[in-house]
Amino acid sequence: MAAAHTMFEKIWQRHVVVDRDDGYTLLYIDRHLMHDGSAAGFARLRERKMKLRRPDRGFATPDHYVLSNSRSIADIPDPHHRRLVEQIRQNTAESGVTLFDLGDERQGIAHVVGPEQGVTQPGLTLVCGDSHTSTHGALGALAFGIGSSEVAHVMATQCLWQRKPKAMRVTVDGALAAGVTAKDVILAIIAKIGTAGAVGHVIEYAGSAIRGLSVEGRLTVCNMSIEAGGRAGMVAPDDTTISYLEGRPFAPKGAAWDKAVAFWRTIPSDAGATFDRDVSLDAAAITPMVTWGTSPEDALPITGRIPEPSSAPDSAKKDSMQRALDYMGLVPGTPLEQVPVDRVFIGSCTNSRIEDLRAAAKVVDGRKAVIPSWVVAGSGLVKKQAEAEGLDKVFRAAGFEWREPGCSMCVGMNGDTGKPQQRIASTSNRNFIGRQGPGVRTHLVSPAMAAAAAVTGHFTDVRRLLG
Amino acid sequence: MEPFTTLEAVAIPIDQPNLDTDQIIPARFLGKPRDSQVKAVFHDLRYAPDGTPRPEFVMNQKGFAGARIVVAERNFACGSSRENAVTVMVDNGLRAFIAPSFGDIFFNNCFQNAALPVRLEAGRVAEIRAALHAAPGARIRIDLASQTVVGPDGRTDRFEIDSFRKDCLLKGVDEVNLTLGYEAEIAAFETKQRGEMSWL
Ligand code: SF4
Repeated sequence: MAAAHTMFEKIWQRHVVVDRDDGYTLLYIDRHLMHDGSAAGFARLRERKMKLRRPDRGFATPDHYVLSNSRSIADIPDPHHRRLVEQIRQNTAESGVTLFDLGDERQGIAHVVGPEQGVTQPGLTLVCGDSHTSTHGALGALAFGIGSSEVAHVMATQCLWQRKPKAMRVTVDGALAAGVTAKDVILAIIAKIGTAGAVGHVIEYAGSAIRGLSVEGRLTVCNMSIEAGGRAGMVAPDDTTISYLEGRPFAPKGAAWDKAVAFWRTIPSDAGATFDRDVSLDAAAITPMVTWGTSPEDALPITGRIPEPSSAPDSAKKDSMQRALDYMGLVPGTPLEQVPVDRVFIGSCTNSRIEDLRAAAKVVDGRKAVIPSWVVAGSGLVKKQAEAEGLDKVFRAAGFEWREPGCSMCVGMNGDTGKPQQRIASTSNRNFIGRQGPGVRTHLVSPAMAAAAAVTGHFTDVRRLLG
Repeated sequence: MEPFTTLEAVAIPIDQPNLDTDQIIPARFLGKPRDSQVKAVFHDLRYAPDGTPRPEFVMNQKGFAGARIVVAERNFACGSSRENAVTVMVDNGLRAFIAPSFGDIFFNNCFQNAALPVRLEAGRVAEIRAALHAAPGARIRIDLASQTVVGPDGRTDRFEIDSFRKDCLLKGVDEVNLTLGYEAEIAAFETKQRGEMSWL
């Protein structure tokens, strides 16, 4: 009998170009996503007087530096940032890479656009000069983020030097309660294993709760694999994946579709495949989550209280908790539901897809935002779909701002930042110090929980608003 | 690429675990020319919002001038893929990083910039940091060929490193050139893939 292999192992083996004796592998890269930050890679290539080896494998869209209140490059105030958005146009035109440009309804956050266009497919290797490239693993691809030198390396050679990571399986079995979403699942996973919990590993998310998620929910889970320290995250392709991909612009068609589907069916881990590490969670025990600190692992159920540093296991941990609480301006022992919120951001590659906007709109419908609140769709197509469903009207009627697609306040590179000491309920993925602007206090939540905070002005267990 | 062989220099201890890439270089400094980023290293840890230096941050303390080595806590430089996190430290003279563990992407990015990440056991790293706090300006010696770190207390520790990475650093190998040497293998792979995955 053939040995049992993990999905990761199968995809890896299929992409080995050279295996060296020293344990390093030259791995072939099927898809390379680029964004406005990829200009550095193009510049390095130009310095070497080299061309892209496979422009047909490249797909680009500006996201980090685009404005959320204008679609005009000329409006970008910072000349360096404006230049980066201009350069993506020049660089892709010269090299022949497919571009979803500003003004094209397909433009958006690279990690929203790739799956939406069917560029991301099962069994492929996919890289991007961005850490949240792990998102794409939701379709059963091996996808990971790289730095700009490696971006240039992929441009020049379509390959990367890699040491094979280890494989880890996170199993979530059972049914999620109403009001509990994919975001709560991944926050609960990170709270359990820690932000370094999966360093050196590729995570496969498995179990009935993961299989029960839509592709959009799986994208949310895989997105934050990097916050768990993982090199990549992935979910086995199944009927849900295949029906999601069918008919997407860059998905195979006709006879090629049948051939691709037959291959995709072979990708899931074999029964009996072993993982270097196994972790499991009970889906029924997961509640809506909120982060209280400055690391994504600082996540608690909404029913909890701000933790006491005195409860820390050692003095180093106690100090770091105290530092986080000082930065966040929180008093130990306060029930999370009593923490007032100043502002809400619904967006980012974690939670800006149509289902996220639907979930938030459901909570907002018929209510009013009592604090400044933004919705930034992940792509022009998500925005268009939401408008077709009337979600924009729900948000606008409640006083939300309905803005143009891009990364926006997830990282604030385009100028969308909060003010010092502002407390933001955010559907993004990083609550790092200063992530949304110097001194800004970020709390990570699901879209439904962000909507609940918007209409009440404090963190609120969304389950009470969903009658 | 410039080779990395040995480095003996003043080291700075940084005690926060999970010190992320946004702390090494905040996002608002990205997207600008590299030379304009040099001053942004650890910016918000070094300076209060009004621009005054924070005395509690180690780089603002006496004795650490000219440091070339960082001794950090677990999961150092986790977070984003921004290679600027490496280059901004390299441009400030910091070329070696010792920690119990690193963010994966940062770890890889180091090797692209002739910088060396060294993993040592957490207890020993804590000991080295304590020694550096006790004697600001104390030096550490790193020898890549023998894979050793001599701490400020004179104790020598051996560290593990992939022989591929070690070799590339010692010789200053350019990875793109190395890969181009495998052109025949890459072309053969592409031919095979065209047959097997014709829809791509
Ligand atoms: S939305 Fe945020 S996390 Fe995602 S790619 Fe943009 S900046 Fe990065």
